[in-house]
Order: sequence, then structure tokens, then C-alpha cells
Amino acid sequence: MTTMAQALNTALRHAMDEDERVLVFGEDVGALGGVFRITDGLTAKFGDDRCFDTPLAEAGIVGFAIGMAMGGFRPVVEMQFDAFAYPAFEQIASHVAKMRNRTRGMVELPLVIRIPYAGGIGGVEHHCDSSEAYYAHTPGLKVVTPATVEDAYSLLREAIDDPDPVVFLEPKKLYWSKSDIERLDRTGPFGRAAVRRPGRDATVVAYGPSVPVALEAAKAAADEGWDLEVIDLRTIVPFDDATVAASVRKTGRCVVVSEAAGFAGVSAEIAARVQERCFHSLEAPVLRVAGFDIPYPPPMLEHHHLPSVDRVLDALDRLQRDDRPDTRYLPADGVA
Amino acid sequence: MTDRVEALLPSAEPVRFLTDSGAAVRGRQRYEVPDPELLRRAHRAMVVGRRFDAQATALTKQGRLAVYPSSHGQEACQVGSVLVLEDGDWFFPTYRESMALVSRGIDPVEVLSLLRGDAHCGYDPRRHHTAAQCTPLATQTVHAAGLAYAERRKGTGRVALACVGDGATSEGDFHEALNFAAVFKAPVVFLVQNNQYAISVPLERQTAAPSLAYKGIGYGVRSERVDGNDPVAVLAVLSAAVEHARSGHGPFLVEAHTYRLEPHTNADDASRYRTDAEAEEWRGRDPITRLENYLRRRGHLTDEDIAAASAEAEEFAERLRTRMNTDPELAPMGLFEHVYGTPTPQLDEQRARLHAELQAEEALS
Repeated sequence: MTTMAQALNTALRHAMDEDERVLVFGEDVGALGGVFRITDGLTAKFGDDRCFDTPLAEAGIVGFAIGMAMGGFRPVVEMQFDAFAYPAFEQIASHVAKMRNRTRGMVELPLVIRIPYAGGIGGVEHHCDSSEAYYAHTPGLKVVTPATVEDAYSLLREAIDDPDPVVFLEPKKLYWSKSDIERLDRTGPFGRAAVRRPGRDATVVAYGPSVPVALEAAKAAADEGWDLEVIDLRTIVPFDDATVAASVRKTGRCVVVSEAAGFAGVSAEIAARVQERCFHSLEAPVLRVAGFDIPYPPPMLEHHHLPSVDRVLDALDRLQRDDRPDTRYLPADGVA
Repeated sequence: MTDRVEALLPSAEPVRFLTDSGAAVRGRQRYEVPDPELLRRAHRAMVVGRRFDAQATALTKQGRLAVYPSSHGQEACQVGSVLVLEDGDWFFPTYRESMALVSRGIDPVEVLSLLRGDAHCGYDPRRHHTAAQCTPLATQTVHAAGLAYAERRKGTGRVALACVGDGATSEGDFHEALNFAAVFKAPVVFLVQNNQYAISVPLERQTAAPSLAYKGIGYGVRSERVDGNDPVAVLAVLSAAVEHARSGHGPFLVEAHTYRLEPHTNADDASRYRTDAEAEEWRGRDPITRLENYLRRRGHLTDEDIAAASAEAEEFAERLRTRMNTDPELAPMGLFEHVYGTPTPQLDEQRARLHAELQAEEALS
């Protein structure tokens, strides 16, 4: 059995084997192998000039990677946790994302910023943010998040080979998910969503940590006679409008599942895109099952926040009825 | 331990080779006097650079540039920072380094694209080994450290030199750059042009350090301070700094004490935060006059040389004026190029929409 953590480690090994310009650096990635052990053994195998620890400074790590990419290397840097990546945000938004554009294609930045993200692992404060919208909203970045062991390998290989900078978001709670796949391989380029389960009655769009939730919901729904199609985006940017729209035009119903706060989030963008493209095929409003619009809760309360199978089924139930607001949740003054 | 600290610390007073009037300072110097030929080149470049700067300011008043941050008064640093580099070395400028870029031989119209507003960077960074001018403060210092480390890894012998102002030394990235450069022994020189003001905020509100050069010691970075209006001292110290980096001794921090004689940009009003008397005092330390006096006394510069430099500067300004007197050709469809290596389907759609709009406009006109 192979875990997602092992698949990511294998992807780094293969990339470093094939191209000596590929370097891995960040906090604790050397002797320790990273706090999630994704870089385990890389320093031992490739030497500490290929995989090395840096000072503890995220802006410095990303800025240094920019300079190294300008100098001909292909850095893969690790941010230790989602919320610890924020010091690097200026480097990411003002330089990583814009370098190709501001130099009119004369300076490319082939680099990967790996970020363990999202919740579900009982992490204490500042260890569980769903920060994908910040990056997805920044033109010039590719934003990728695997949901399967196979994709973890394939998408990371694609990211390292890509001529553009990639923010590679690793769902922490899936690090220990397993697959019995015998040989890890490339599964396809960026920009193609995967239909994880074909179905006729409604489309569930998900990405990263929410894909297993969507699949489980589909299984439960099948018992009630509902045949759900589950789409795994794989890459948030570039976004695969074609696959999502084709599915919703077929099913006529759509639920988007995402751990991040729903307001102004990636799930909102997906809902908007679906209604722009599929309005006349829709038989019900596009619904979102997202995290609440609250700072990430303490670990003992996070299960109240995260989209659950029940919430997905609940949304599905509403899809069958009508498009009036769910009166059970109206505020006392009745205004929604 | 004490020896190591001493070796890193800057001189107690800024290094000076020239008095305010351009006489040679007596006594033994820690740095070698630059070659007279280099000083003659610096003189010519400063005369041309100052004229370029005045022309750019005039172009702003005529509406040809959206904004122009002048470096009038800082000519010794502008010119010195690029004259000490070899062609393959990398230069990391800020928005105030237009004069330095011109001195590096980059087409002045390409340099001014950013400030005219037709492109974010008008020149090819790879061709000139010069990064795009950086507007966010100090962010490019970390790039310089990374690029210098890349050059060290490749064994090219190339170095990087990054410019910042006094205000930018308060930004976190400046400190992370010093730290990374020192830890990885990156061959990079950081030049702080301390022109006394970050827009309106004076130095004493940026730091309580004895001087900005002392920021190096905490990171194990060799540091020095220099009279930034003394071109001989600037070239002497920067040459030593580049040599230090190139020969494998790691980064070097130079603080140059200078003064921006003009406002922050044409949009600024310097009278709100400083006195004319102060600027007048700094005019008395003019880098061009000082170098002229020094070189003349030593017989390295004649009246003809000075006249030739002035003539070259006038020609330079005249050509620039003519070329900037026409509207730049704009390419709106180019907005969608170079966002990614290959445009996303969404960008292709948006591009088609703008294309249709432009065609409709053209049909109407």
C-alpha cells in the first residue's frame, strides 16, 4: 500500500533523479524530512546541496527561490503549514505570480511552493487554514491540489516540470490515505478535472480534502436512489470549465463542496461559473456546502465546521424540492 | 571572537577619499584608490546621468512620464553601483535606479517604459543581467541573494548587487536577505543609498542603530559605510565589496550617506518635511564637482574632457527628448500574453472578447 505522503516523496525523488536543477528546501526538510516527512530521505540520497534546511523565514525562502529560479534552478520549497505561509504572500503575489508578465515573458519562474493545507487532523490554532482562494485569486499562479494518492504523484511531477510557478496544496488529512496502486505514474496534464464517479441525477464538484467526502456522500445517496456524479477538480487554476459544465448540463443539478469559508471562496467562483454556463440546464439553484465564515475553529470543534456527508446529503435533499431559502435557518426577523 | 566582530564592523566614520571640495583626504585608507581611468568613466557617466535625470523630470512635467523618482544628488552611487560590475554580474535596481540603468548601457527609452506606463519593464533582464526595477521595498534583495547563490553553485564567478534605500532597511525582507546571503555565503553586495528620507520620514524614525551599516553585524555580514557623495570612496568601497563577494567571502553590505536633492517624485512636496538650508548644505558636497576638482588637480581631467562630457550629455538628452516625444505603440492584446507560459482557456476567452471590442471600436472610427 502507498500513502499520499509516500507518493509525494516518490515524486520528489523521481524529479530530482531526472533533473539535477531540481532542489528542495525549506524549514526542517533536511535531516528531519519535514514535519510531515514528505522530504524523508532526500538529503541522505541526494546530498544537502540538493535538499537543505533554510533559516526560518518564509518570505526569505520564497524570495530566495525566485533568485535561484532566475539563476537556472528549479526550486521546490516547502511552507511548513498553510497559515505559516502568509509572511511569503508579498513575494508570491508581487513577484512569483507576476515575474513572467512584468518581464513580458523574458524571465520565467519554474518553481513549486508546497503547502500542507486545510483541516481534519486535530491541529491547534494556525495549522489548518484553507488558503486556496488567496492564491487562486492571484493571476499568474497555478493552484493545484490532489485528492488521490495517484494524483499526488502525478500532479507534483507536472508541477515541477511546469514552466510556471505552482502553488501545490497538499490536503493534510489525506497524507495517510492509501492506495494499492503498484506503479505511480503520470495521470494527465494540468487543467483536466477527473470524474471520480459517473452519475445521472446531480453533480458534486469538489477538490482536495473534500473529494472523499463527496464520494462518501454519493455512496450514501445511492442507497436513497440518487445517482451522483462526483468531479475532482485536481487543478483549481487552470480551471476545467468544460468538464464541470458538461456534467451539470447532463445532470441539471450541482452542489459544490469545499472546506474553506464559503464567502468569496473558490466554491463561490465555481457556483458562479456553473450558473453562467449552465443556467438553462439547471433544475435547481447551485448550492454550496462550505466551511462556515469563521476563523478556523479549535480542534475539538472542527468537526462542526467541516463539510460532512450529512451536509452534502442535506443540500441534495434541497435540490429536489425548490429554490426557496431553507426556512429552518432563517433569522428571527425572517429576512434572508 | 573579538577579531571576527572587528572584521565585520564598518568604519567608525564613513569612508572618505575626498573633502567636500574635492581635495584628497590625508592619511592611510583601508581601501585602494580606484584606477584613474575608472574615475574618468565615472565622471562622464555622472555628467550624462545627471542630464538624463533632469530630462526625465522635464518629460514628467510635459506629461510624457506618469511619474519620475529623481536620483539627482546621488550620482556617485547610481554610477558607482554599475561601474564596479562586470557584464555578466547581476544588478537588482529599485524604481530610483533609472540613472544607474542608463549608466549600465540600457536604452533610456526602455528604462523609462515603467515610468511612462507602457510596460512594467521595457528592457530584457536576461540580456542586460539586470532585474526588472522593483517597486515593493526590499523584496528584490532576497532575489539577489538567491540568484547570487545560484551563480556560486554553478561556479560562474558572477556576483549580484542589490540597491535599497534607507527606508527599505526597515522591511523584513532586507533582514531575511542579509541572513540568507550570509548563511549560504552568497556572493551578493547590498548597497543602501541612505538619502536621509523615506519620502518624508527622516532616518531617525527608521532606526536607532548607530548607522545602517551596523545592520550587517547581526547577520555576520561584512559591512562598511561610505560618503555617498564622494565618487572616489564609493568606487573604492564598492570595488572591494564586489571583490570580497567574488572571491568567495560571502555577502557585503555598504551604506552610502547621500542626499536626494529633488522631492521623492514629481508628485511630492519636500518643503513639507525638510528645509532648503539642508539641501543647500548637501549641494556643497556635489559628487560631480568634487570628482572634477580631484581629477583636474591630478591632471587626469582637462577642460576639453569636461566640455566633451557636457556635449555628450546634451546629445543624450536631445535624443531622448525626440524619441520620447511620440506616443508609444500600445499592444492591448499583449495583456493576455505572458500571464502563463500557455494561456488558460479562460484567458483565451477574455482575449477574444477584448479583440472583438477593439475591432468594433476600429469599425466605428
